[in-house]
Amino acid sequence: MKGIFDYFRSQKPSSAQVAKERLQVIVARERSSRSGPDYLPALHRELLEVIRKYVQVDDEAVQMNLENQGNCEILEVNITLGDRQ
Amino acid sequence: MARIVVITSGKGGVGKTTTSAAVATGLALEGHKTAVVDFDVGLRNLDLIMGCERRVVYDFVNVINGDASLRQAMIKDKRTEGLYILPASQTRDKEALTQEGVEQVLQELSKDFDYIICDSPAGIERGALMASYFADEAIVVTNPEVSSVRDSDRMLGILASKTRRAEQGEDPIPAHLLITRYAPDRVDKGEMLSVEDVQEILSIQMLGVIPESQAVLNASNAGMPVVLDQESDAGQAYRDAVARFLGEERPHRFLTAQKKGIFGRLFKG
Repeated sequence: MKGIFDYFRSQKPSSAQVAKERLQVIVARERSSRSGPDYLPALHRELLEVIRKYVQVDDEAVQMNLENQGNCEILEVNITLGDRQ
Repeated sequence: MARIVVITSGKGGVGKTTTSAAVATGLALEGHKTAVVDFDVGLRNLDLIMGCERRVVYDFVNVINGDASLRQAMIKDKRTEGLYILPASQTRDKEALTQEGVEQVLQELSKDFDYIICDSPAGIERGALMASYFADEAIVVTNPEVSSVRDSDRMLGILASKTRRAEQGEDPIPAHLLITRYAPDRVDKGEMLSVEDVQEILSIQMLGVIPESQAVLNASNAGMPVVLDQESDAGQAYRDAVARFLGEERPHRFLTAQKKGIFGRLFKG
């Protein structure tokens, strides 16, 4: 019987566990955007404007990620054009 | 030269003013001459928590504007020797707190005091930025709850970049974590983030954990800093936190739920 209870228990993480995982994700994301250079939001906005001259995309279409590797910085830009209709 | 300590959090209602009153009183009880300054312009409340609301004549902004001297505006605490309060202004003009004005007041206070405790308002607006700008050290007050932890992390980012020391390229100011309203029984049930969870996410040094306690509301009702209630768990926890702040090593208490046996339930209600 105990095994069955454990099984159901393991299916559902406690609310504190859920809170911790959500926090870890959001805090990591906000820290990385904080450490980035100031021009990133403006660059993001302008890239969107350029793309929108040709294709209609939503705000999520442009994802940017800045990484430090040794003494060089790599800016990765992913542009998703969405479903083909 | 005084040491300037900001009590901050980002989120409102987590216990900044309660902590400012408790820490300032605790430092004074340890023999350090301490001033506690309310930076919450427009929403002054430190005076109520310290129980000196009827003795406010002049305030922080009056001093900045030269309408009163610091000596006239400072309120001497009646309970604790060596403790003074500088109340916030009730003006709605948020611009009243100028950087030059704040610097001048803190410099003048520095001559006479060992510690200056800056009670920051919530948010990340001018009042909060001014409260932390000149600080040498920070105490970040956090509830074990998602929005409070996130805002504390945000505030840690601001402390690392928007203080005078950071702007001058010096080492960032040390930040201590103070967890308030901690309920160990709820942590045991998996309903509340544990001390370890919060510390792991924020990864800063832990100054203390204040348990959720009826004593805090009782103390604010009475206008008496809770640290003076030495019968209470919260009062003792604040006393411990102050001792740790001063460099003493003390084990953390009140981290585990009080196990109430059947007899405990019967006889203690």
